[in-house]
Amino acid sequence: MEKLINDFSFGLFIWQIILFLLLLFLLRKFAWKPILNAVNDREQGIKDAMASAENARREMENLQADNEKLLKEARAERDAMLKEARELKTKMISEAKEEAKAEADKMVSQAQMAIESEKKAAVAELKSQVASLSVEIAEKVVKSELSNKDKQLKLVEDMLGDATLN
Amino acid sequence: MQAKTIGKLLLFFTLAWVTVSCSNETEGNEEAKKERRQEVKEFINHHLQDSHDFNIYSYTGDDGKLHHVGFPLPVIIVDNGLQVFSSSKFHHGEEVVESGGNYYRLYHSKIYKTDANGTLNYEEGHGDHPTNVRPLDLSITKSVVMMIVTGILLILLFRGLAKSYQKNNGIAKGVGRFFEPIVVYVRDEIAIANIGEEKYKKYMPFLLTVFFFIWFLNMFGLTPLGVNVTGNIAVTTALAILVFLLTNFTGTKDYWKHIFDPLGDGMPWIGKIFIYIILVPIEILGMFIKPFALLIRLYANMTAGHVVLMSLIGLIYIFKSWVGGPLSFGLSFAISMIEVLVALLQAYIFTMLAALYFGFASESHDHAEEHEGEVQHL
Repeated sequence: MEKLINDFSFGLFIWQIILFLLLLFLLRKFAWKPILNAVNDREQGIKDAMASAENARREMENLQADNEKLLKEARAERDAMLKEARELKTKMISEAKEEAKAEADKMVSQAQMAIESEKKAAVAELKSQVASLSVEIAEKVVKSELSNKDKQLKLVEDMLGDATLN
Repeated sequence: MQAKTIGKLLLFFTLAWVTVSCSNETEGNEEAKKERRQEVKEFINHHLQDSHDFNIYSYTGDDGKLHHVGFPLPVIIVDNGLQVFSSSKFHHGEEVVESGGNYYRLYHSKIYKTDANGTLNYEEGHGDHPTNVRPLDLSITKSVVMMIVTGILLILLFRGLAKSYQKNNGIAKGVGRFFEPIVVYVRDEIAIANIGEEKYKKYMPFLLTVFFFIWFLNMFGLTPLGVNVTGNIAVTTALAILVFLLTNFTGTKDYWKHIFDPLGDGMPWIGKIFIYIILVPIEILGMFIKPFALLIRLYANMTAGHVVLMSLIGLIYIFKSWVGGPLSFGLSFAISMIEVLVALLQAYIFTMLAALYFGFASESHDHAEEHEGEVQHL
């Protein structure tokens, strides 16, 4: 301890204090402040850049999600449209078919009716012709039957014979 | 594992053999060896002390005289005004210098005021130190030169680093690149870790300066320049006193409360009185012990390192054998490597503990604030 105290150089102590304080002052002003500021700024910059990158990533994700959604919607819409179109098509076809069938049926029935009426008219004409023909024939037969007296008498007799009095 | 054990054994036997072979030497050699030992011891003692001239190396010339190679430094003595002269006038302690009507003599790296003949008075009970008056010696000694050199080096290095940020858009270039991570480390792991995010900025310049100052001077101490600045108690004392002043001048109310009222409101005042009779003096003593431990730690570590290293190198001259030489060379090389680590470690520990003390000084009780916050919420 005595040696330590004896070795203690007061001059060196004073120099050390003066020089160290001077060094501290100079370094603080010209080195530490700019260095620490630069490092801090850079770290802040990195932090900001990372934050904005993260934001950008999130936005990108959102955008992608939006796109996906839009695409999905579009696809669904297309599907719906297609389905509707198909349904419309089938409906139109079936409607057309039905209409056509109804028309055909109507035409057929009209034709049948026409045929029927034609037939009736034909039958009626035939009947009237047959009637007039048979009247003519009957007239002719009667004429020839009643041409001579004997035959007239015979007829009368036959008639009378048929018409038994009851 | 096996190889390591064998290596250790080999080392042990070599050491044992060297010791035995040395002790077997003749009586006459023993005498010379003793002298050598004394010489080495004196050399180490001389090296550990500050010096008034920048001595690079000394040799004994053909004429049998000791020659010193180096350059003299200015001597400044405060004694009836300033006495300034070159240290070359002392002729390495061989001559008495007259300046301003006073006579001075350099003895064991210290300047004493003497009479015209340079008589040094010794007295019983003072050991081997002369009782002559020692004037206030403000000389630019070797240590002061090294401090100035280190200071200039630090300013150039870190000014360069600071400028390179401006030039390269905030990216370090050149030598600064090596030191930037260390600056960031001091900030993150030493300052913020011990002082806290809010208050560390105030202490950063001091911590950085002290760290690099000690580290650089420690490293200079390992060079063959042979300076031992941080192993000088005056230097470590100055640093520790600055830490002490900074700690106590920036102390918050909570810091002082912790010293004079360590138990706080947790105890009635009657109970406190008895405990505080012991506790408060201990706390006050602690204020001084903390920086004292700092100064002793740095001083002792650096001095011890130098003593060990130089002793091992000195062994070469004592052994003077084919085994002892390379062995002590190997050992001193290994110790040098460790010293490189110690140089950094001691700078780190000094800065770390200074930051810890600053942390104590700037603490403010977060608990209290939290509680207050809660009350406000209620």
